[in-house]
Amino acid sequence: MTEKDTIEKESLAPESNGLTKAQLESQKQVGASYWSLVKHQFKKNKLAIISLYIVAILVLMALSADFLASSKPLYAVYKGETYFPVIKDYLNNLGISKWDPELININWKSLDNENKLESVLWTPVPYGSTEVDLANSLSPPQGDHYLGTDGIGRDLLAGLIHGSRVSLSVGFIAAGIALVIGILLGSMAGYFGGKVDIVIMRFVEIMVTFPTFFLIITIVAIYGSSILYIMAAIGFTSWTSDAKLIRGEVLKVRNMEYITAANSIGLPHRQIIFRHVIPNAIAPVLVSGAFAIASAILVEASLSFLGFGVSATTVTWGSLLNEARGASSAWWLAIFPGFMIFIAVVTYNLIGEGLRDALDPRLRD
Amino acid sequence: MSDILVEVNGLKKYFPIKKGVFSKTIGNVKAVDDVTFKIKKGETLGLVGESGCGKTTVGRTILRLIEPTAGEVIFDGKNITKMDTKELKQYRKQMQIIFQDPYSSLNPRITVGGMLTEILKFHEIAEGAAAEKKVEDLLEKVGLRKIHARRYPHEFSGGQRQRIGVARALSVEPKFIVCDEPVSALDVSIQSQIINLLQDLQKEFGITYLFISHDLSVVEHISDRVCVMYLGQLVEVADSKELYANPKHPYTQALLSAVPIPDPKNKSKRIILSGDVPSPANVPTGCYFHPRCPKVFADCSVIHPELAGTGGHEQSCLLFPESYPKDVKAA
Repeated sequence: MTEKDTIEKESLAPESNGLTKAQLESQKQVGASYWSLVKHQFKKNKLAIISLYIVAILVLMALSADFLASSKPLYAVYKGETYFPVIKDYLNNLGISKWDPELININWKSLDNENKLESVLWTPVPYGSTEVDLANSLSPPQGDHYLGTDGIGRDLLAGLIHGSRVSLSVGFIAAGIALVIGILLGSMAGYFGGKVDIVIMRFVEIMVTFPTFFLIITIVAIYGSSILYIMAAIGFTSWTSDAKLIRGEVLKVRNMEYITAANSIGLPHRQIIFRHVIPNAIAPVLVSGAFAIASAILVEASLSFLGFGVSATTVTWGSLLNEARGASSAWWLAIFPGFMIFIAVVTYNLIGEGLRDALDPRLRD
Repeated sequence: MSDILVEVNGLKKYFPIKKGVFSKTIGNVKAVDDVTFKIKKGETLGLVGESGCGKTTVGRTILRLIEPTAGEVIFDGKNITKMDTKELKQYRKQMQIIFQDPYSSLNPRITVGGMLTEILKFHEIAEGAAAEKKVEDLLEKVGLRKIHARRYPHEFSGGQRQRIGVARALSVEPKFIVCDEPVSALDVSIQSQIINLLQDLQKEFGITYLFISHDLSVVEHISDRVCVMYLGQLVEVADSKELYANPKHPYTQALLSAVPIPDPKNKSKRIILSGDVPSPANVPTGCYFHPRCPKVFADCSVIHPELAGTGGHEQSCLLFPESYPKDVKAA
């Protein structure tokens, strides 16, 4: 009987050549893993795809910030020698090579103005994020300052470009910390149940009762405002919803027979949790992870706006927005940083929504 | 006694009912209540009973997937109820289980090959290329093809999934497999394929089965001996042919009368039981079956019968004098 079965299946195989496109499409779905099905579904959501592209652009912008906005030129020829000051800066910071002592504090801009450079190529925005240009303070968008300047003459566009580094890394790392803690504690509570569950869930409830924002401000007040502390503070206070979510999913997965099967094989709990339980319970938590990135960006911006954020020498979107408080006529200081925060938060929310829809099998056609 | 593979002695599993803030135990659900039986090497023991009578709990307690409340399970001369995790790992290789629902019994995120390789590696049976070869062998043995190793469970039909479940159980080369209603979720035509597969494998590897089912005709077909369960207890044990030809316990008689016979002229008398199965949290006094028994008499509500009988046919019913407990004489 089993032989006949196999033969039947084999004789079916060559017929697939004559299938219509729709049939082939559905066959492709049948032959696909779970995640490729999710990918297929996600691609149908235009807004989510656009958001994904915007995030990619933001990430590229953050990675290449020094090449987009810098007080040093990309390429310059001075006294017959060719320099790549931006790259040289990188190598210098990494300790690979050293600036010549005479060049280390050289002002490339004044050299350019005095026409001492034989050839020069500036970055698209020829200002660093912390470069002060007091002569042009509170300048509206004009000339070299494409988006204007703040109260001490720092270029706004340069600030936005460099600020994306802080905002994006805070978002990713804080949400990452929250996800890791939430998944570990939540899956342990759900899988082991009993006393472990009671202890972990009471701990979650204690964490929930703390006003998160107040807690973060306290941590920053005690340990100082470093970007690491802020990421850790946001991460360590926002894992509770992830933990509750994954606990619920694990409770559902735990009663599946493949978990009993894994037990009957004798696999250790650790292996069962990481290989069989978490992969099947993680989908809804990834959705909340996307939302968590958005809210972490917002929390960082709020902290910087209130002046509790990263140190004054680091420019972030929130601290730029803060500048607008003191200069009510400088509309550009409120509009542009606000718009960047808005874009980042909205795109992550749209990605989260797209993920949620793609992961939900009931919405699949 | 060396032809006995599995010996179950006085097995009990009570699930406590907890209530209130301090989780005070206010009662027990007696899912399995003092069950004793033996399975010989190479035989198939059928375990039948209606839903909720504790069949599945018996199967899982034997494998220690559920910790028993009392009693012992002797597997191949070793008491597995007293083993620690390390010792048990060796015995996990020898006892396996096939599940009822082929849809929830396979992890949807792991390919069939990945799942089997994980087991082979964990039990140090094979690794790398040897494991790949072994996976192919296993799939061929259960009537699948080697390319199926790269596929995910949702790409298979119910019957194919059940074959994968069989392949998983076989992967550790067990001596004993608990088949927990392995065909009740399948179409009748697929059922016979899986039953035949199980029988072929038994012939080839000499595997012993505990075959749990509520389908009496399937059990009759595959089993050498049959146990009938009611409310967590065995009410009758006999050779398959003997039980179906000559049921002694009124409950077995009622069950067998409900099996449809494919002959329109055969008008066998159907025994209709009155009432519902009592809750296993609050069992009746005396014989558990007496409130529904068509042949009930005075002793039934007072005296709890014991499983006893002659010639390998045992029943626990007071209609038979040998079932009276030793300290109580037949009236």
